[in-house]
Amino acid sequence: MAISYPVFAKELTGFKQQMHELGITQNIVAIVSDKAGPKRVKRIKLEIGKLSAIMPDAIRFCFDICAQGTQLEGATLEIDEIAGLGQCQSCGEKLSLSLLAGCCQCGSREITCVAGQELNIKEMEVFD
Amino acid sequence: MCTTCGCSDDAAAKITNMQSEKHDHSHEHSHEHEHEHNHDHEHSHEHEHNHSHSHGVNSSTITLEEKILAKNDRLAERNRGWFEGSDILALNLVSSPGAGKTALLERTILDLKEEIDIVVMEGDQATTNDAERIKKAGCPVLQINTGAGCHLDAEMIASAVKELKPAQGSLLFIENVGNLVCPALFDLGEKHKVVILSVTEGEDKPVKYPHMFRAAELMILNKVDLLPYLNFDLEACKKYALSVNPHLKIIEISVTQGTGLDAWYTWLRENGKSAR
Repeated sequence: MAISYPVFAKELTGFKQQMHELGITQNIVAIVSDKAGPKRVKRIKLEIGKLSAIMPDAIRFCFDICAQGTQLEGATLEIDEIAGLGQCQSCGEKLSLSLLAGCCQCGSREITCVAGQELNIKEMEVFD
Repeated sequence: MCTTCGCSDDAAAKITNMQSEKHDHSHEHSHEHEHEHNHDHEHSHEHEHNHSHSHGVNSSTITLEEKILAKNDRLAERNRGWFEGSDILALNLVSSPGAGKTALLERTILDLKEEIDIVVMEGDQATTNDAERIKKAGCPVLQINTGAGCHLDAEMIASAVKELKPAQGSLLFIENVGNLVCPALFDLGEKHKVVILSVTEGEDKPVKYPHMFRAAELMILNKVDLLPYLNFDLEACKKYALSVNPHLKIIEISVTQGTGLDAWYTWLRENGKSAR
């Protein structure tokens, strides 16, 4: 039986989501502050997978608030979104994933997610 | 402010040990304990020099390649090692609010407490109501109130373990905050996540919240005694769940009627053995 997936609504900015992206953003600010030491931060670049359950817009929303009073205040936030990529465990074929599940052309559902779950701080630019 | 769960200082996670009945405020800010523990972070200072390059006259770019949840993951691995070394089977119970996590635990404790030492950590934003229920069922329990936080994290579990001191060989249930989103992202050091879905919810929950169902080892479908009164499509639900996680094991139960519990207990016994 074919499974039809329900449409994924984009209305994900509810209370709970706000809270978890807030915590994630605080983590980002804490890590970068630690690395920057006394230097002021001009720009940071994140890598967020489209399958990571983290919404870039919510991170942007929280960032200015979390950065207040830290070396990151006023810093530019760049976010690279990484598309979902899976690999079939049966035939090895790579396939793009729009959600954390998929079906390979060979019929297998044993898909390993090889990209799209990233949640990384790639780099920061600091004032000398 | 806590950097892991996003709770503010005055709403910090509070651990209440139901055995001693003391509301120990010295544990109130357990988050702060590990902040300086990043010995392996030091390596990246080398990177600063290797990879930095000048961007204009007065700034330089530094490659970090840092996982945002690295600190939680490190603490979770530490918890996992401690559980393994102590022969403790730690299970992280996750679901929407009201799916029946606490009721399942109450029943499980009543049925198995003569067979195995069971300890419980209860996670909720507020109140010790669930811990009171578990205590009444007859096992050591500790309440973690996350305040504004919407999930438990590895640091809270590390503090709770020190407080609760589960015995060698015991079965530890960690009842997470009722939420199908962020508990999936925060590893606590458990052996398995067990997701509980009640048939009074929609059958498409597994595809609406794929991270949680993909992260789980076992799905418990609760309240199946209510199926005759509902439009819940049981087969579609299982297909959705297996489509996001082909390895997911599924057990149908009704806690109130006591049906299907043997399969759950068999699963617990098998996993308890393999944990040892």
